[in-house]
Amino acid sequence: MTTMAKKRDYSLVGESTRAAIETGLASAEWYHTDVSRKAMKELMQRSDGPAIRDTVIWIVAILGSAAGIVWFWGSWWVVPFLFVYGVLYGSSSDSRWHECGHGTAFRTRWMNDVVYHIASFMLMRNPVQWRWSHARHHTDTIIVGRDAEIAVMRPPDLLKAGLAFTGILDFRYSLPTLVRQAFGRLSDEEKSYIPEMEQHRAVVAARWHVAIYVGTIALAIALRSWIPLVLIGLPRLYGTWHMVTTGLLQHIGLADNVVDHRLNTRTVYMNPISRFIYWNMNYHVEHHMFPMVPYHALPRLHELIKHDLPQPNPSMWHAYREVWPVLLRQLKYEDYYLKRELPPTARPYRGEFHEVDMSAAAE
Amino acid sequence: MAEWLEACAVDDVEEEDVIRFDHGGRSFAIYRSPDDEFFATDGFCTHEKAHLADGLVMDDIIECPKHNGRFNYKTGQAKGAPVCVNLKTYPVRIEAGKVMIEIG
Repeated sequence: MTTMAKKRDYSLVGESTRAAIETGLASAEWYHTDVSRKAMKELMQRSDGPAIRDTVIWIVAILGSAAGIVWFWGSWWVVPFLFVYGVLYGSSSDSRWHECGHGTAFRTRWMNDVVYHIASFMLMRNPVQWRWSHARHHTDTIIVGRDAEIAVMRPPDLLKAGLAFTGILDFRYSLPTLVRQAFGRLSDEEKSYIPEMEQHRAVVAARWHVAIYVGTIALAIALRSWIPLVLIGLPRLYGTWHMVTTGLLQHIGLADNVVDHRLNTRTVYMNPISRFIYWNMNYHVEHHMFPMVPYHALPRLHELIKHDLPQPNPSMWHAYREVWPVLLRQLKYEDYYLKRELPPTARPYRGEFHEVDMSAAAE
Repeated sequence: MAEWLEACAVDDVEEEDVIRFDHGGRSFAIYRSPDDEFFATDGFCTHEKAHLADGLVMDDIIECPKHNGRFNYKTGQAKGAPVCVNLKTYPVRIEAGKVMIEIG
């Protein structure tokens, strides 16, 4: 069964924003699975070791595949190196940006900051702007009019979602955004979540990024070679597919305007390579419920609270098969969503806890 | 006039940890540092309304459980985005195994 409602307004300064604030959906109290303080303290503990190990592997793999690109440039042997370099640069940087932005990857703050800024550059993301947009995403996860990081809006634009795998749309958005910001102009939406005292820092960061891109273009022209651009900037196009494949599954097809991450977020079991690239963000319900827990402790957190969560999708393929018919149905009925079943051991969803119309849920 | 309140017993707070203390409609956070000193701050993060007592104490830092904003709980200093406003701190003294805070 479905219901018809007003069209969603995804602007962060529009009608939905006003409604979310008025109804208490903005900055609301969210559902949390009960975890003892002792267990949570253990899970939250920070350590430099796992992230240093993973970052050394990451950097060595990036430099090694970059060397392969330079060495084999002009022959077909360059293709596997482009494949590896592209994914490391254009996809795994997203999880490094994410974890280091939370400050949970390393115990040592400056290590988080260094990797955060490198990864932000690789992703063409303004490190100041995106730190604030992600804070908003955690405060108001998939609250229409509040969350700045809703990947697929309703009704879904399937062409746009498909093109996301190529990175073209992101590239087309990110680079002009950085240039605009470098000229000191922040949009009203950006100003809605970046505090005034931080806005100048966002402009300075954008100027650094643009300066490096200008330098890269100049180097490519001077060398009469595509290699500088293939190594810096263009991987955002040809290497972004893994980030989109894993990242889209975080919330797509699930409920919006609810305050229970079990309803709007998805955990998916993934292969070890994808988990390395994604730094365990496949445990996404767990991450949203307890963002203090570092990526390397998420599997332990999952074991501790899975009795209270919907059954994870056993694979990415399974998750996409589950999502596809929901998206098709949302083309006609944008209120339609997938309501994931809870195990008998879980505390039930609380209808009165949020405003979602359960009659619109897919069974 | 200064008002001293009994917040908790010394043993209620583990080393390098924090607990919550509510009084008169206000919420406070009581810390025990790794070198066994006690401190007190406002209980809510200055960024958004999250109880700091659910956060993580590391050395002299309290990290908010909601957005990982960090404060020095000894001085109240905000240590960077997403927290920009310092945390209010309160004097603490120990009397007969009790943690007393002056809320003024």
